[in-house]
This record gives sequence, C-alpha cells and structure tokens, in this order.
Amino acid sequence: MTSLASTPVLVQRRVLNALFQALCGICAIIAIAVLGYVLWFLFRQGITYFKPSFFTRLPDNVNPVLGGIKHSILGSVNILGIALSISIPIGILSGVYQAEANGKLCQFVRFLTDVLNGIPSIVIGLFIYAIWILPYAQKHPGQGYSGIAGGAALGIMMIPLVMRTTDEMLHLVPQSLWDASLALGTPRWRTMLFVVLPSARNGIVTGVMLALARVAGETAPLLFTVLGNEFLGPITGPVDALPLRLYKYATSSDPVQNAMAWSTALTLILIILILSILARFLTRAGKRS
Amino acid sequence: MSLALMTLVLAIGCALLWQSMPAIKALGPGFVTGHEWDDAAGKYGSAAFLSGTLYSSGIAILVSVPISICSAIFLAELAPKWIRLPITFLIELLAAIPSVVYGLWGIFVLIPLLRDKIMTPALASAAIAKIPIIKSLLTGAGYGPSMLAAGLLLAIMITPFITAICRDILLAIPTMQRDAAAGLGTTQAETILKVVLPSAAPGLIGAVMLGFGRAFGETMAVTMVIGNMTPNTPDGRSIALFDPGYTIASAMANKFTEATPGIATAALIELGLVLFVTSMLINFFARSLVRLAARKIAA
Amino acid sequence: MQTTPCVNVLNVSFWYGSNQALFDVNMTIPKHAVTAFIGPSGCGKSTFLRCLNRMNDRIDGAKMTGTIKLNDQDIRNRSVSVEALRRTVGMVFQKPVPFPMSIFDNVAFGPRTHQLARGRALDELVEKCLIDAALWDEVKDKLKSSAMALSGGQQQRLCIARTLSVSPDVILMDEPCSALDPNSTHRIEELITRLKNEYTVIIVTHNLQQAKRISDMTGFFLRGELVEFGASETVFGTPERKETDDYINGRFG
Repeated sequence: MTSLASTPVLVQRRVLNALFQALCGICAIIAIAVLGYVLWFLFRQGITYFKPSFFTRLPDNVNPVLGGIKHSILGSVNILGIALSISIPIGILSGVYQAEANGKLCQFVRFLTDVLNGIPSIVIGLFIYAIWILPYAQKHPGQGYSGIAGGAALGIMMIPLVMRTTDEMLHLVPQSLWDASLALGTPRWRTMLFVVLPSARNGIVTGVMLALARVAGETAPLLFTVLGNEFLGPITGPVDALPLRLYKYATSSDPVQNAMAWSTALTLILIILILSILARFLTRAGKRS
Repeated sequence: MSLALMTLVLAIGCALLWQSMPAIKALGPGFVTGHEWDDAAGKYGSAAFLSGTLYSSGIAILVSVPISICSAIFLAELAPKWIRLPITFLIELLAAIPSVVYGLWGIFVLIPLLRDKIMTPALASAAIAKIPIIKSLLTGAGYGPSMLAAGLLLAIMITPFITAICRDILLAIPTMQRDAAAGLGTTQAETILKVVLPSAAPGLIGAVMLGFGRAFGETMAVTMVIGNMTPNTPDGRSIALFDPGYTIASAMANKFTEATPGIATAALIELGLVLFVTSMLINFFARSLVRLAARKIAA
Repeated sequence: MQTTPCVNVLNVSFWYGSNQALFDVNMTIPKHAVTAFIGPSGCGKSTFLRCLNRMNDRIDGAKMTGTIKLNDQDIRNRSVSVEALRRTVGMVFQKPVPFPMSIFDNVAFGPRTHQLARGRALDELVEKCLIDAALWDEVKDKLKSSAMALSGGQQQRLCIARTLSVSPDVILMDEPCSALDPNSTHRIEELITRLKNEYTVIIVTHNLQQAKRISDMTGFFLRGELVEFGASETVFGTPERKETDDYINGRFG
C-alpha cells in the first residue's frame, strides 16, 4: 500500500517543474518586453514630427523642420496599388487553380510556395533590376527606375501569400454549397466564380490585406527598383516610398532628418497596424455572418 | 500550377545568372574564395561577406532559439487559456514590424546601449583580457556598429517567426500522449521534456533552420547596424564581436549606389545569385524537415 | 473474492462548468477484484472513472464535491501529491497510446520518472511487467525497436505493462478493448482476470457480455446517477432496479 503523501523525490520533481514553468514564462515575457521597448521608443521619438503638416508637405530645403513626407506616402500608396493589381488577379487565380487540384501535386505546390516565400526580398528586387531595369539602363544610363518596377517586385512577393490564403479559404467552403449549385446543373467554373469565391470573399480579402501589410514595410526590393526621390514624380519614374525615406533619414547625419525618421517609422507602423487589425476584424465579422 | 511556380523560381535564378555573366567569366571561382572587395582595384571576393552572414546569423540563432522554444512551450503547453491569444497576438506583432524600423531602433537605441554598457566596459576590463576564448570574442573596434549589434537585432527579428512555427509543431502532438504521461504520474515539465519535445524534435530543428534562413537573407536592419566595413584583419574576417563587418545582403544594399555599370554591377548581381542559391538550399532543407516531422506526428 | 474495501466513494457529484455530470454517487469498491461500470453513452461512467485518479483536474471548469478515499486516504487532501496518486492509481485508455520510443523505454518510462529502479533492476522490472502483461514472448527479441510498429492489441498490452511498471494498487481501464479485434480483446480479458490477484481493477465497458464475463462487482450508471451497484451475478441475474433490468436486456441503448 503506497502512501499518497509527498516524498523528497516528489518534492524535488515538483520544484523542477515549477522552475521550468517559470523559465518558459520568463522567455515569453522577454519577447514581449522587447516589443514593448521598441514600440515605446517609436512612439516617444516619433510623436515629435507627427502632425498634419508632416503628411501634407514635401521636404523643405530652406527650413527643414517644416518639411514633410507627402511624396513618400503617395509614392508608397501608388507602388502598393501596383503590387495589388499584380498580386490580386495572379494570386487569386493561382489559389483557385490550386484549390481545384488534387493529390500529390497539391503538397508539392504548397512546398514550392513556401520555398518561394523564403527568397530574401532583396533578391526579388535584384531580379526585377536584372531583367527590366539593367537592360534599359545599359542603353539609357542612369534611367530605368520606376515605381512600377518596385510595385512589380512587391507584387511578386505578395503572390505566394495571396495564393495560400485563397487556397485555404476555398477549402473552408462547405461541400453543401458546391452541391447546391452543381445540382442545379451549373457548370463547375460558374459555380466557382459566382457562388464559391464570393462566399470566401472575406477570408480572401483578409489574406490580401495581411499580405499588403507584410510588403508595405519592405525596403530592400525598392532599393534597386525605385531609387527614391525628393519630389513627387510620375509612377513611371523614380518615386519615393515610406521605407526608403525612413532608410535615408535614419542613416543621414542630419539630426533633424534623424528625428523625422522616427516619425516616418511611426507612420509606417501605424499603416501596417491598421491594415492588420482591419484584416482580423474582417475575419471575425465574416465568421459571425 | 507547380510548373508556373517552378518557372518563376528558375526565372529568377536565370535572370541573375545572365546579368552576372560578365563577372562570372572575369572572376571565376575567385569570387567565392577571395577576401577583398575593391571596386577601384577591380577585385571582387565575397568570402568575407559569406562568413559575415554565417557569423551574424549564427549569433542570432544562438540567442533566439532558447527564447523562442521556451516561449513556444509556454504558449502551447503552459499558459492558461485566457492568456494564450493575447500573447500570441503580441508576439505576432513583433513579426509585423518592418526590418527598416528595427534598423532605425538599432542605430539609435541598441548601438548606444551596447557601446556604453557592454563594449566600452569590456574593452577596458583587465579581467576579460585574461580569459582565453572570451577575450577574442569580446573585443574589436567597439565604436558601435558591429557583429554583436547585427546578431542581436537579427535575434529579435527571427524570434517571433521561430516561436510561431514551434508553437504549431507542439500543438500538433496529440493530446493523448500528454494524458498518458499524466496518468503515469509525471509532472508537466517531465511530460514536456521527455515525451513532447522528443516527438517534436525534427520539426523544431526545421523551425530553427528556417529561422537561420530568415536571418541569412535579412537586409535592412543588418545593413544599418553592422558597420559595412571590413575589419582591420589580414583576411577581412574577424570573430571579434565588437568589430564591424558585412553580410552578403548588407554588402549588396550598401554598394549598389556606387556600383559603376559593367563589371562592378555584374559582380553585385553575382553576389545576389550566391545569396539566392544559398538561402534556397537552406529553406529547401528546412521546409522538408518540418514537413517530414509533421507527417511523422500525424501517423 | 476479498471484500476488503479499497476505494470508498461518498456523495460524489461532478460538474463540467455548469453542466452536472454526476449526481451523488456512493459506492465501496473492493480490493483484488474486478469492478465494471456499465451504462449507455454519456451516462457519466468515464467521467467518474477519471475522478478516481484526478485526471479531471486537468480540465478547465471541472468541479467535484464529495469524498473519494483510497485505502482510507482522501485523494483530494492537500497533503496528497497528485503524481503519487496517479502512480498508485494507474490508467489504461481506450485507444492504445504508446510513446514514440522503443518498447523498453515505454515500460521503463514510469520507473525512470519516479526514480524507482536503475540498471539491472530496471531491466528486470521491465521484463516482469511485460511478462505480467502477456507481451514478453512477442517482444523479448526486439525491446529496442519502436513501439509504434506493434499491432493494436500488442500496443494496448504494452500500455498495460507500462501502467504496471510503477507498482500501482489500482488499475483503471476506460473501454480498453473497444478499439481492438476480438482476438486481442480475448487476450486482454484473460489478462485482467489474472491481474486481479495482485491489483484492484476498475473497468468501464459498453460491452455487457464482457462485463458479465470478467467482473466481480458491477455498477450501472444512468444519466449521471449510480442506479445500481453490487455483485455482478446479482446485477446481471436478478437486478434490483427496473432500469438495470431494461438496460441489461437491451430495452434501451
């Protein structure tokens, strides 16, 4: 008959248990503490120039303190617009194709998508540079950079993400929905286009927004494609973008520009945060309906 | 579909290969083995960049993995239900911060912190100068931008990534295993260490490799804090943590604006090709490992 | 059959959150006997079983009132270590759950965790448990091979060996044969009948024939209540309650 009371061995094991749990908890806290530290600094430093004039004015050479990043914001919006126009059709269509496919190929494509995802963003930018800009620049030296090229690079990065989400969302659509439409004699492609896709719409939009949030902060692909600009320019030429401006101001030796870098960062983070939160909100709203 | 994706990947490889041809022809294998990168002298050797990338990513992994895995264990096994979602959300938020923002924080917060609190005291310390291996690590130029800064910043950046993957792997282990262990009178720590982790090990290793792959290709944050200078050693390589350095990605970002058309640019593109191939290989192996592990667990 | 009490259950009620699953259960389970719990799906017999080794503690929102005594010790007393309790009251689950380790390591897991034996003593302990679980002959040449390669019936016997390895007083079994073929079921029933010489076995089963075959005492649960509890001959032969009679004769599922 064994006693149920504690023994020294048991006490030792329980102590180790408690220590282990504490260790894991501390690690999670460390991770979050670092996040807090970064965000707090961002907010504290960034608030200085975070005012309406910052968003509505261009850099001011005469009185730098009054300058703004309007061109960067517009540039980013345009570039992201181009990225969307590439990634939405290609991503969703690929996602549909992938969802309809079956069997072993499915796994392989998912695998390939993951590998594509793992390519460093700078390489994607370099790719666009290599096939598009460099050949042009070799004939017209110093030219070839454009917002379109940058948008293309970001679009390529978004494709695997959008494709993945579309595929997953389509798989969530209940078979009963398919059956209801097919039983009426509707061909499969029509069912997909007019019945199934719309029902997965919320999830797909969420995926697109999250992919957008992911590439909105990317700088490296823009380095080789967009180049940056101090002024507003057409999208067919070099333009500025928020991450590029941030990079430039952060690495400059001018303290005013350094200070503005923080505000630029704050702007960028807010945009990304809003996109992410909106996306999650949409998912929850979609789930409720 | 798979054909289309493979085409894209191949296209990237081919495009880089094509545009780096001039450099490949002119430089040959010396590109990978040579240590000096000197535009003016026409020398292009990427060995120093490669070892810098390996070193900084290595530091990142060393610092990040314990914290990531323990955080993942906390989220998957230990945390009370109500706390799991908020903490998962917060850690995901860490992942959403763009690289360039981390770089900004690195320049103005991390580097001064490291310089004042760690580098200057360590360089001045007579005690450290006596410990055999440590003294070659905790040394270097020490004015701020350094391998240490890059490694630590990378560690911060890959932690949420590794944590998320590890958490998913741990959650995939069937609950019955934990119940069976509990039924035998094991404590939670013992169950995790002796039953859950051994099952999850291949997947966790894959996650670490993926983190390594991420750190490998990271550009902006690294280029902003690593100094982009070759340290003052004969072969341009140094294990001193306080010395500045280069990684492949940071070299590309840094040297692009000055690159003259012709062989300089081609060499830069060849650098991109090297990065492309190596990170593809790392990712390929890592993803295969994670996939294999997931299949074993499901069986 | 000995009538020395082993487990005393007094006024036990149980809730999952706000759902009451057990209503005022009282019973005395004798030592060195096989006690079976029968009843339709959802009647609470598995829930009750899991109260006996406090496995329900692991569920959020679970609440129990009343007392359960094991050899006159209240199992929920503050001085009781739940790890010691679960060593003393072992459990075999419905689906065989071998750990993804070698056969030897599976059986050695418990003794190693509780630091009960090492080296040669451990080898002998593992051998004894595998013999007692009627598995030794089939695995003695491949102790280092993975347990996952065994058949379902073999895996379940391995789980039984694993449970025996920490020298429990009581063995709880939650429908141990429901995932197995008739052959394996038969072997495990033989095993249970032998086990009761050294241990006290409490088994939940939805197989009435099985309960009749192997159990000494039977408890019939219905909608969270213990409707009848007594010697199996009585419960199956001349049940006191009408509900018991109806259930035994298949008048409701």
